[in-house]
Amino acid sequence: MPDSSTREAVPHQRHGLAQSIEAASLAIPFRVKVAAVWAVIFALLAFAFFRSGFDIQWMIDKTPAIVRGVWVTILFSVIAITAATFLALLGALGRISKNPIAYGISGFYTSFFRGTPLIVQLFLWYLALPQLAIGLLPEPYASWFIWPAQVAGVVGIAFNYGAYMTEIFRSGIEAVPHGQTEAADALGMSYGQRMRRVILPQAARIVIPPTGNEFIAMIKDTALIGLLGTTILWADPFRVAQLTGKADFRNLEALIIAAIVYWGLTAIFSFFQRKLEARMSKGYVRTAVKAG
Amino acid sequence: MTSPVVRVSGLHKSFGDLEVLKGIDMDINSGEVVVVFGRSGSGKSTFLRCINFLEEPDQGTVEVAGISVAAGLPTRHRRKEIRRLRTRCGMVFQQFNLFPQMTVLDNVMEGPLRVKGESAAEVRDLSMQLLADVGMADKADQHPIRLSGGQQQRVAIARALAMRPDVMLFDEPTSALDPELIHEVLAVMKRLADTHSTTMVVVTHEMGFAREVANRMCFFHEGVILEQGTPEQMFGSPQRAETKKFLDAVI
Repeated sequence: MPDSSTREAVPHQRHGLAQSIEAASLAIPFRVKVAAVWAVIFALLAFAFFRSGFDIQWMIDKTPAIVRGVWVTILFSVIAITAATFLALLGALGRISKNPIAYGISGFYTSFFRGTPLIVQLFLWYLALPQLAIGLLPEPYASWFIWPAQVAGVVGIAFNYGAYMTEIFRSGIEAVPHGQTEAADALGMSYGQRMRRVILPQAARIVIPPTGNEFIAMIKDTALIGLLGTTILWADPFRVAQLTGKADFRNLEALIIAAIVYWGLTAIFSFFQRKLEARMSKGYVRTAVKAG
Repeated sequence: MTSPVVRVSGLHKSFGDLEVLKGIDMDINSGEVVVVFGRSGSGKSTFLRCINFLEEPDQGTVEVAGISVAAGLPTRHRRKEIRRLRTRCGMVFQQFNLFPQMTVLDNVMEGPLRVKGESAAEVRDLSMQLLADVGMADKADQHPIRLSGGQQQRVAIARALAMRPDVMLFDEPTSALDPELIHEVLAVMKRLADTHSTTMVVVTHEMGFAREVANRMCFFHEGVILEQGTPEQMFGSPQRAETKKFLDAVI
């Protein structure tokens, strides 16, 4: 008790200057202060870069080449998310299935692909799968499994993300109230009709926001594909930056550009993601108003 | 009708160690309205849900409109027979369970259109007619979330009727409704019984409805039909002490 009263007494003993600083600080909105903190961080980084002999002209010259790689990133991401969605749908139906084969396969799938590093999986698809195929299959079948780095990379990312998304889809399907299943069953619907017409449309609403998060994470992970090896045509921003930076001893400049490109790309999709989420949360009321 | 629409024989069902149904037999004739009542936990809802196999009985046979399915393993053939039997039963749930992503009209059309594969134009006419019958035609393009509980339940009744079932199963259809909305649902059910001679099995606590509409009342007690008879018999001179005790408590 006496302790707290002394503490409370302290501000009153402060000088006028400290008090007026506190008053001025309280008058500034929180967001403005946060913006100031960001500005200071950027200023410090810029200062450090320029002190270290940052070559701004080199950056301006090389930026177009690095940015061009964005199309590779977007193309890989779109193909991979499409394939991953398909795999996750199958995986989720397996996880909720009473069929031991479907349940077992999907269980192995999610366990292995969530339990091993993505980079290891990428090399498995790229280097280990051909060895397996050559050991098992006669030509020409074996060569069907010898893929370019880009194909192995996209397949690897699709399978990896599909495994994580399997759990998202499974929980989305399970979040649909049981009464919906009963209503569909009571109408005499088959399993396929019940899923297609009743359960999945409702689960889709639930899984779209977290799937958007997976897509944003995937955009960044496509940079790993470059590690398998690549051609200039199929080089993503990271790979272009790595190559040009190394050639001119401008690693800092090159990698900063690449980082900003990915950062910008994920910021754009995060923006749309938030819009989509806001739209989804409005639910059916919105469409009902339109229809009525 | 010479033979009953619904024949239930020797129905047994346990949940774990708890035996909920201990051998239920019931024949229901065409146009008959059977009210099933009793304390919660008496097995009345489980009995109703066993008729269309939403609950799998452990023993016994259910026959609806000549389609007979016995308790057993879910083989491909048996699952198909259960689906066939279900198309002859209309089910109305306590919680309505309308499909929220579809409009009212699509909810009603869904069964005949997708399950029976009837033509869209015919199904639309039938569905609009049914929605008019339950007083919901003006809400055909709305989504269920915009409707009150009573309105949703009336749509659910139309959805079940759209399959042109041989029997309608009502599982406590007014228990989730606010008191002032109960009568509109009961009115629709009464009209079904009076003007359409719909065969109905109704699990309900609404004894006023039972007195007015039921042909037969079955008192469920601890997994058996302890007593059954006309409303006059049940309300006038119940034979069993448990029946009398229950009726005294709810009226």
